Amino acid sequence: MSDLTALTIAEARKALRDKKFTAVELADAYLAAIDRANPQLNAYVKVTHDKARAMAKASDARLAAGEGGALEGIPIGIKDLFATEGVHTQACSHILDGFEPRYESTVTANLWADGAVMLGKLNMDEFAMGSSNETSYYGPVINPWRRAKAGGQGNMQLVPGGSSGGSAAAVAAMLCAGATATDTGGSIRQPAAFTGTVGIKPTYGRCSRWGTVAFASSLDQAGPIARDVRDAAILLKSMASVDAKDTTSVDRPVPDYEAALGRSLKGIRVGIPKEYRVEGMPQEIEALWQQGVAWLKDAGAEVVDVSLPHTKYALPAYYIVAPAEASSNLARYDGVRYGLRLPGKDIVDMYEKTRAAGFGREVKRRIMIGTYVLSAGYYDAYYIQAQKVRTLIKRDFEQVFDAGVDVILTPATPSAAFGVADQDMAADPVKMYLNDIFTVTVNMAGLPGIAVPAGLDGQGLPLGLQLIGRPFDEETLFQAGHVIEQAAGRFTPQAWW
Amino acid sequence: MSVDVETVRRVARLARIAVSDEDANRMTGELNAILGFVEQLGEVDVTGVEPMTSVIPMAMKKRQDGVTDGNKAADIVANAPATDENFFLVPKVVE
Repeated sequence: MSDLTALTIAEARKALRDKKFTAVELADAYLAAIDRANPQLNAYVKVTHDKARAMAKASDARLAAGEGGALEGIPIGIKDLFATEGVHTQACSHILDGFEPRYESTVTANLWADGAVMLGKLNMDEFAMGSSNETSYYGPVINPWRRAKAGGQGNMQLVPGGSSGGSAAAVAAMLCAGATATDTGGSIRQPAAFTGTVGIKPTYGRCSRWGTVAFASSLDQAGPIARDVRDAAILLKSMASVDAKDTTSVDRPVPDYEAALGRSLKGIRVGIPKEYRVEGMPQEIEALWQQGVAWLKDAGAEVVDVSLPHTKYALPAYYIVAPAEASSNLARYDGVRYGLRLPGKDIVDMYEKTRAAGFGREVKRRIMIGTYVLSAGYYDAYYIQAQKVRTLIKRDFEQVFDAGVDVILTPATPSAAFGVADQDMAADPVKMYLNDIFTVTVNMAGLPGIAVPAGLDGQGLPLGLQLIGRPFDEETLFQAGHVIEQAAGRFTPQAWW
Repeated sequence: MSVDVETVRRVARLARIAVSDEDANRMTGELNAILGFVEQLGEVDVTGVEPMTSVIPMAMKKRQDGVTDGNKAADIVANAPATDENFFLVPKVVE
């Protein structure tokens, strides 16, 4: 084994059980790779060297005793949004300076119970608000992918997408075997598409939200980003659970997602929604979408045209619902119980100065929008109207599924990765928001969605396709996603870091 | 609908975020861009449509009203910027 970090989770899991190398050796290989690459990529905001080695050592003892769990000895990166006991947990915000929770999130506790090893905490957009990982207090993550041209544009730094940009970049650059991530409007699927990795947002309620820093509670879901579809299936199986500490977590068995891989698509009906053919979409993305249709047909699926008429209203409705919930959730950061505190002449002055200094621009913008749409006189016109539109968006999907469609195929993003500090997006927040145009509908309806890499654009950058499923039918997403992966192959960036 | 600088100041006060004159001016433009974008929701006919309350239909889970946690005051104040004997310290609020 020359490069242990090149192995998928499935490969490393087998090799560890076969005693080809130890979990400590595997963890050390990743730690060395992180120490080498992180100054360029900025994917990790905290590397937990000692904890990783201690956890790996315990995994080796369990493997030797034949008691290894499903993820025994597998090194994982954790998005900074998940509470990890005694370890940096700041949602990449200045306002949570120094916060080290005295408790563990349910999702990470599930991973550790299965034997996974923590490498550290991953960079992200502040409070998961962003689509480029540029709103992080810790600075942007750099996409391990570069444009194919030599020199000039070829050396331009690209964003990895967001908000789970650190997770996606770390997986793509082989700085962890897999990563946790969260998705409120596309924050798993868009960065997965930008980095040639696989990301799944499961059905709302599939993973417990307990111990995950809240952004928009009715939309937030945890999920994995992984090198391939099988690894994503392995990770989700471990992360998902019912949890008494989150009353929205769902009490139904977690299937063996891996078993869905390799099943034929005969009898599966795939819907192609015409509303996802948006104005200004690059021809390459349209071609990729058609290629995806052909691959699924070749695998035996029946493909039908469908209509989701309220699609165009999903993003505007999201930009009312998500900021409204965020303004309420982020009220807790007041300089009293944790994190940053600036002195003030009285308590209100202390709150106002602390929050002004602690939150970044994008977070403030969303708190302001949320506060405004929930304020007296505007609540019905904005918030209630948006929640009614949300009912219609969900109904669109229900009608398509009721008509016999099993899974919906769309592009994952309207473009490939763009440059760091893009001038157009900096000038107009709505331009940045449009990144989530294909993913946000899924959160609004609570459905599962997976992004699978499907090809490279003319500049050599990865592009992804998205599959959307029925509630709690993640299995069909893994099944169809695997078909796309088998046809498209896997995509790995050339190491330059 | 659009907002003026005074409204932005009022909302910032409600949100407990201190804003400078420059911040308020910049935010006015940004907020109006977003409000302009969401304006299109007004054209959707929502007659007879119930607002969404839960994406997954589920009965609210309940449990016995009993103590299940506690006796960890030191853990709870461990991350606070200012404490005294397991109390959070804040600037004086009552004269």
